[in-house]
Amino acid sequence: MRVVIAEDLALLREGLIRILRANSFEVVEAVDNGPALIRSLTTHRPDVAIVDVRLPPTFTDEGLRSAIEARRQIPGLPIMVLSQYVEQIYARELMSDRAGAVGYLLKDRVTDVDQFVASVRQVATGSTVMDPDVVSALLTHRSTDPKLLELSPREHEVLTLMAEGRSNAAIAARMFVTEKTVSNHSNSIFTKLGLKPSEDDNRRILAVLAYLEG
Amino acid sequence: MSLLGWSLVLLPGTVLGAVLATLWITSISIAALGVGIPLTLLATVLVRWFADLHRQWAADRLGEPVPARPYQPTPDAGWPVRLWTILRDPTTWRDWIWLVVNSITIWLSCGLSLLFFLFGVVYLTYPLIYQLTPSQVFRTPMGEGFRLHSVAQSFWLVPLGPVFLLLWYVTAVRLANLNARVIRALLGPTEQARLRARVQQLATSRAETVDTQAGELRRIERDLHDGAQARLVSLGMSLGLAEQLLPNDPQAVQQLLAEARESTSRALTELRDLVRGIHPPVLADRGLDGALKALALVNPIPTTVVTRLPGRLPAPIESAAYFAVAEALSNAIKHAQAQQIRITVEFAPHRGGAAGELTMLVSDDGRGGASIDSGTGLRGIVRRLAAFDGTLTVDSPPGGPTEVRMSLPCVS
Repeated sequence: MRVVIAEDLALLREGLIRILRANSFEVVEAVDNGPALIRSLTTHRPDVAIVDVRLPPTFTDEGLRSAIEARRQIPGLPIMVLSQYVEQIYARELMSDRAGAVGYLLKDRVTDVDQFVASVRQVATGSTVMDPDVVSALLTHRSTDPKLLELSPREHEVLTLMAEGRSNAAIAARMFVTEKTVSNHSNSIFTKLGLKPSEDDNRRILAVLAYLEG
Repeated sequence: MSLLGWSLVLLPGTVLGAVLATLWITSISIAALGVGIPLTLLATVLVRWFADLHRQWAADRLGEPVPARPYQPTPDAGWPVRLWTILRDPTTWRDWIWLVVNSITIWLSCGLSLLFFLFGVVYLTYPLIYQLTPSQVFRTPMGEGFRLHSVAQSFWLVPLGPVFLLLWYVTAVRLANLNARVIRALLGPTEQARLRARVQQLATSRAETVDTQAGELRRIERDLHDGAQARLVSLGMSLGLAEQLLPNDPQAVQQLLAEARESTSRALTELRDLVRGIHPPVLADRGLDGALKALALVNPIPTTVVTRLPGRLPAPIESAAYFAVAEALSNAIKHAQAQQIRITVEFAPHRGGAAGELTMLVSDDGRGGASIDSGTGLRGIVRRLAAFDGTLTVDSPPGGPTEVRMSLPCVS
């Protein structure tokens, strides 16, 4: 799997390269600023890009902006954004083109190497992965919404794990229930939220998040 | 109409003023005789009371706050000392000058205004007056050259009524303002006193700012020391022990490494919260506009944000404004039991130049009853804004709604 990395801190860049190489990714290029990222993505067209939100030259949200810009040029390019902190406003912007395949994770999630690598693979194969912090903020802060209040605690849990990009099998394993139960829960969630069920994981999560965006 | 009333009050006032001026001068000149001393003190009290009334009137008239009484404090000592302090106070003499000037200017402003009004009324009702008064009175409204012979002729004068009333209407406010300006110029604090008060205010706000910042630094130091720093030490300990155990007990090593990773993750969370408290990253990235929108997004109560800003503002202003709004917002969330919150942030540039005024409005439809004195939240904002000469006012009747209005002057 071919990957481009954009991270300005050398220590972290090397760490990412090491983790990805150890997990049999091919790191085609590692850049350290926004303009170079766009150039690299349009030249190499990797399977997935791993991008730090804050990059030179502006040291603000250059990484995010460059990623969104690159996606405009290469529609559907899977992008995993890493950040020292997560903001819902950035999660929304990342998903604004609704072309799927985005990830938005806190940088420290990288330390759980297995989970991180799995997330990168999920994004590369077209899923959306949101940081648990983003998801829980979405769910708790909008809990006054009557539609969300109808969800049972179990359904709430399933919805959270779903938005984090986990498959039904992963959710089942995590909750110690069968896959059948998870699928029942998700159907019930879709009904309560008034969403048409779909087999496609990515579309399912996008639909949920779109609803949560309000 | 109220101006007319004021004319009627202020005009006789000048008589009192003149009496006071005379009393004062007389008592000072006989102060050497001994009886003059208590008399001067009494006159001073009366003059100051009289001047205060006029200060208040001028302030109301010009719509500007009344400055503190510009007098030097009178020491609690013997009468000669008190007399000496009063006589040395330049304001005392400005009061006296004002008494003299006032007795003239009031007649020019209020008197003229009143005269216009009276002429207007008289001319408008001239036929009636002509009819009611005995002959030989009101027969020569414009001197001997213009003599009226009948009621019908007196109707010629009626159109002059509206002319004078119009004149009164047009000039009344201006004359009153002119009068108020004269009062302010003579009775307001001198430039020196104004500067002294300003220095005092700046010293207070600087002391508060320094205090607040020192407190912030102590908090940051404590958080780093007890939080991230301690976690990194424990991380090092776990790794050290793991290194030692590696050959003999791989299972324990795995456990230790998991703990180490947990430690880094906690340390990062704490650092993140700390950074957010110092300067929220989203504020650095997106400015006030974006940061407030991000704030509203994670808010349990539906919140609308309206901003009218000319791009980015100076960083200290952005930061102060952000924290002020964030605090006001969390106050509303905690106490107001509101259904809807509205944040309006607007920048109004001063004429010519980039300087201006940033106004921030946080309003909710909650139960009201908020006041600066009741909680520490709003008081904290007041202190934060005071460092920038900013202000905060709360309009929150019991039962709601609440409106917190904050302003920050921006100089660039």
